[in-house]
Amino acid sequence: MNPFEYAPALESTSIVTIAERYKLFINGKFVAPRSGKYFPTINPATGKTLSQIAEANAADVDLAVKAAREAYAKVWSKLSASERGKYLFRIARILQERAREFAVLETLDNGKPIRESRDTDIPLVAAHFFYHAGWADKLNFAGVGEQPKPYGVVGQIIPWNFPMLMLAWKVAPALATGNTVVLKPAETTSLTALLFAEVCQQAGLPAGVVNIVTGAGATGATLVNHPGIDKIAFTGSTDVGKLIATAIAGTKKSATLELGGKAANIIYDDAAIDEAVEGIVNGIFFNQGHVCCAGSRLLVQENIADEVLEKLKVRMSHIRLGNPLDKNTDIGAINSAAQLAKIRELSAAGEAEGAERWSPPCELPTDGFWFAPTIFTGVSQTHRIAREEIFGPVLSVLTFRTPQEAIEKANNTPYGLSAGIWSEKGSKILWTASKLRAGVIWANTFNKFDPASPFGGYKESGWGREGGRHGLAAYLKAGK
Amino acid sequence: MKMAISPSGRIDVLKTYKLFIGGAFPRSESGRVYSIKDFKGTHLANPSLASRKDLRDAVVAARSAFPGWSSATAYNRGQILYRMAELLEGRSEQLVAELVALEGITARAAGTQVQQSVDLLVWYAGWSDKIATLGGSTNCVSGPYYNFSTPEPIGVVAIFSAAKPALRNLVGAIASVITSGNTAVVVASEKFPLPAITFSEIMATSDLPAGVVNVLTGSSSELAPWAASHMDIDAIDASGLTPKQLKDSQVAGAQNLKRIRVSDELDSPLRILNFMEIKTVWHPIGI
Repeated sequence: MNPFEYAPALESTSIVTIAERYKLFINGKFVAPRSGKYFPTINPATGKTLSQIAEANAADVDLAVKAAREAYAKVWSKLSASERGKYLFRIARILQERAREFAVLETLDNGKPIRESRDTDIPLVAAHFFYHAGWADKLNFAGVGEQPKPYGVVGQIIPWNFPMLMLAWKVAPALATGNTVVLKPAETTSLTALLFAEVCQQAGLPAGVVNIVTGAGATGATLVNHPGIDKIAFTGSTDVGKLIATAIAGTKKSATLELGGKAANIIYDDAAIDEAVEGIVNGIFFNQGHVCCAGSRLLVQENIADEVLEKLKVRMSHIRLGNPLDKNTDIGAINSAAQLAKIRELSAAGEAEGAERWSPPCELPTDGFWFAPTIFTGVSQTHRIAREEIFGPVLSVLTFRTPQEAIEKANNTPYGLSAGIWSEKGSKILWTASKLRAGVIWANTFNKFDPASPFGGYKESGWGREGGRHGLAAYLKAGK
Repeated sequence: MKMAISPSGRIDVLKTYKLFIGGAFPRSESGRVYSIKDFKGTHLANPSLASRKDLRDAVVAARSAFPGWSSATAYNRGQILYRMAELLEGRSEQLVAELVALEGITARAAGTQVQQSVDLLVWYAGWSDKIATLGGSTNCVSGPYYNFSTPEPIGVVAIFSAAKPALRNLVGAIASVITSGNTAVVVASEKFPLPAITFSEIMATSDLPAGVVNVLTGSSSELAPWAASHMDIDAIDASGLTPKQLKDSQVAGAQNLKRIRVSDELDSPLRILNFMEIKTVWHPIGI
């Protein structure tokens, strides 16, 4: 079946201005890095360099931590809670005003479809600031005792899959609870964080309350190990999460970690099949599958497996992959060459281990990094593609006969971030939800996010929650 | 503690202090014991010096008990904790004697400690069916979804119980961990292990299912690294570990991202929530 022909519907990029190079944001100002080094950031949809980004070294990180400490001691901790909240409200409003600009810049730097950055990421970013703004003067009701205290200076390290959304998940609760921040964006997606620095300036946020140091893993490690940091908040791979847990052992630093996942998406035979198929597609192909909570293991009840797969293949043939700036695009570019190599490697392993690979006919653009939506059938529990996080648009399909077997397979992973359940029977949904060892369960829906809804994993998917009342606990020391 | 020969001249029947694993009281598979002396230095007993294998057996027992205990009704769990309190009250005399001998405190102070331990158990018994109300929430998401968060037990928790007051620390640690549905592997205070075994005898007769609490005696510095690196232990109450042991446990525990907590408050709902995970469920609203 051929997809309908669509005329190109390109979002204009004239709304964004990208500088030739970006400095670090320390103590309210953009400052040249002490390292003197810059690295390129590219548009993954074209492979072309967008700009040069400063690489923060130990001296730069030290300056940022000191600025954050001074801002904490002299300004931020002295401000009344409701005044602090008003800064967050201001930031939320400016983000709404400049939403389109952020969405376009995010799509250029990350490769995700404009439809997602415009309709999901950036609206949620503003919502996160608005939500947490309202908490600032209500922390006695956060559930961690009366008069809870902030940690002080928080080091935050965020990934490239939702650059601005992850910034919001980290910065908004940290500021609302009275902490100051040194944030390190991912090295492939620094641009929106640096635009956010401008928002902080426009909001009149006191200097040093938010500092942004750009760079790669080495910059992040320096931040984690800096003695002036009181708390670490990290979103990224489980491997790096374990390194951080090891690095802070024996120190007073605490950490929240949002790590990997290998979510089961369970389709029972009494599910509404067409809706479930939409849920499967949303679960694994949303954001190119660059989602820690992606529904990457489809567990479908054996007696409906053929029907589900047939419908899934038809639906997948209508997915539009291409220019992320096109408003009709469903799947954009893979974020980096390194990530593309990893997806290819694991997919090759899937074939080598005997699973059957299928993709719809799909023309990939020649420049940039692309991977066609892919499913593997005949997958067994021991296959790498059923165990390891691929972080790409690749779905492993397994089957089950009984609900008990579905639970056993779903829980048979060191991860425990999320899971999906599709059934029209309420009692079965609640039974399944109670048995799944995962922090976020989507029943008859998938990949829904909200600032009021706690997010985070069991087991090796991390420590703590982000969002909701529970997310505040991550940034507060218990009161009396 | 009884004296070896009582004033009446009768030879007392002394207790053999063994481990408590899976509802039974085995000796250490290693055959090792260590001498426990009273505060004056007189030999009291030879409790087991538990080995790595004993720890692993205890984890197997705790893991096997987890599905049943965590899915028991909170009402049922609360009643069992209350039952433990009832039996603890009845065993006061023996525990007072042990605490006097070990901690070198007066009988009056030991009696107070036992009473406080009973009251602590009663307090935690009452939390079993309330902690989800306190720790959970319904969340107003901006869309047609019903969204709620609820705390769930984390799984198997290793407890390194702090030394003095030996009984109260032990009872508070155990009760805060199991009231929510976790199962536990307890390493009793190395210096004051005897009340832990006597308390195990109470647990064994309180309708507490076998394996929900397992108690080892022995060396914390020997057992802590094995517990920290054990991949089927989800969390550690490290309140009784030294700073060095804590750091080493945090390093080893990073292998499976164990939740390692230290708490100095014996009676706090936050102590219960320390060993719970928050689960959030979304469901669409529509017709």
